[in-house]
Amino acid sequence: MGIWQLLSVELLTAALGLGLLAVGLLMPGRERRGLAYVATAGLMGIAAVAWAMREAQGVVLNGYIIDPFGTYFKLLFLASAVLTCIASFDYIGRLPRGEGEFYALLVLATLGMMLVASAGELITLYLGLELMTISLCILVTYRKGDMKSAEAGLKYIILGALSSAVLLYGLSFIYGATGSTLLEDIGRVVAREGVKPLLGVGIIFVLAGFAFKMAAVPFHMWAPDVYEGAPTPITGFLSVASKAAGFAAFLRIFFGALPASHGLWAELIVALSVLSMVIGNLVAIPQKNIKRLLAYSSISQAGYLLLGVVAFSVLGVGAILYYSMIYVFANMAAFTAATAFFNEDGSDEIADFAGLARRSPLLAAVLLFSLLSLAGIPPLAGFVSKFYLFVAVIGQGYIWLALLAVLMSMVSVYYYLQVAKAMYFGEPPAGRAAVRVPLGMQVALVVCLAVLFFFGLYPTPLTGYAFNSAMVFLGQ
Amino acid sequence: MITLSHYLALAGLLFVVGLFGALAKRNAVAVLMGIELMLNAVNINLVAFNRFMNPGEVTGQVFALFVIVVAAAEVAVGLAIVINLYRRRLATDVEEADWLKW
Repeated sequence: MGIWQLLSVELLTAALGLGLLAVGLLMPGRERRGLAYVATAGLMGIAAVAWAMREAQGVVLNGYIIDPFGTYFKLLFLASAVLTCIASFDYIGRLPRGEGEFYALLVLATLGMMLVASAGELITLYLGLELMTISLCILVTYRKGDMKSAEAGLKYIILGALSSAVLLYGLSFIYGATGSTLLEDIGRVVAREGVKPLLGVGIIFVLAGFAFKMAAVPFHMWAPDVYEGAPTPITGFLSVASKAAGFAAFLRIFFGALPASHGLWAELIVALSVLSMVIGNLVAIPQKNIKRLLAYSSISQAGYLLLGVVAFSVLGVGAILYYSMIYVFANMAAFTAATAFFNEDGSDEIADFAGLARRSPLLAAVLLFSLLSLAGIPPLAGFVSKFYLFVAVIGQGYIWLALLAVLMSMVSVYYYLQVAKAMYFGEPPAGRAAVRVPLGMQVALVVCLAVLFFFGLYPTPLTGYAFNSAMVFLGQ
Repeated sequence: MITLSHYLALAGLLFVVGLFGALAKRNAVAVLMGIELMLNAVNINLVAFNRFMNPGEVTGQVFALFVIVVAAAEVAVGLAIVINLYRRRLATDVEEADWLKW
């Protein structure tokens, strides 16, 4: 396959993003509404191209790897970007201005994630990561008049830049110790010469930098504040796609290039995973704000995902891939429902969700089932995805870790059901009308629910695809 | 004779000073300056490794150039966000940005 064909997904995404930016500047304010539809349709079209390329394999200019693993993540980013677009229609339409830039930035952030997932070289990886972070920073601050949003943006840019600096410091040591920025060469040098102290220092710094992007404890402090302050659809995007991008890059570097250094970081990953699961789930219990609750839940999800890294096997990587895809649909459904509620009532507080089941049965049902899927209750897809992760760690002899994860899942059921209790048993505030959900959002919510049920009852197609994609690492 | 370790020590020192500035300073602009110092430490590292380990190539220097460009973009966005906050609150003190907490 030629270079153009291999890069078609990225090129189309870049063209869409820049095109939206240009057209958004030329269009008069009233007509910018159409950009939302163009962005959604364009992203769906690109997803179709990516799906057609799911088996494609090739390397562009030594440093950019197209393989099933990267394409799997690209499909995941595109799916979450499409859902974010649909969730944003009304939310962003109500802001005084700036619709054109919003969708352009969203597409460019998606492009950054794609670069991260496919990068086979450190500079490319860094550029992708920064394209994603900087675009997301602007999106987080998008409610310009809102102090919370401005503050969230400040926290995100400062902590994001700080984590990038730490990551880069580590990358500079990896470059120094191996003399190359190509992951392939780095892998060869490490396999030949073993882990030198210089490389060890680099690995620790890189690990800290990635833990930041994934929001794993103790590098999670930014997540709840940023998630609460950001516009709700962007919070959803941030929690699923940017976390997945962090995992994609992590797997590429640590499983693809540095499997020889496994002994150095294995214990650290166990610690990160345990801390994330325990602290994320326990601190979620007292939360009163739905976005903050979901923020702590997403910290704990990072802990579960790290179980797949602990397993250090093809099964573990496949479980991570499957889990993150299901997580996209469950979390985006929850955030889309929260957005619809916010558009009507202007509130994110769980107490205000009281009686939602009577005001909008659809929203309540979607929220209930997506939260149950996050908790891992059968027959929803979240159960299957957790099951694979637990099997993967048990396979490596970490039975205590699997037990702890199951225990923490039980804890999560408690706080997820608090929301359900408010929705189904609470009294709706007097005089409040039914919540109006636009048609596009209804379709997106129903599709998410369908995905959660379908892959919960019949996971084989997706697990087959995920495990095939995981064969890239450790599989040969 | 200046060796690689001298450069690495300088970069390490600069990184720590920057990290301290980023964590201890209260003014958001000063925090961004601290992060800038950390990135410059990275650049010194990259160029020094390039010069001493593989002088035949320029990968490290190119990497450093990319870091400089991206850092400029990052600071541009960061300062825009600080100005946005300042216009509303007339303060750039990070400790006053405390609406969000658990």
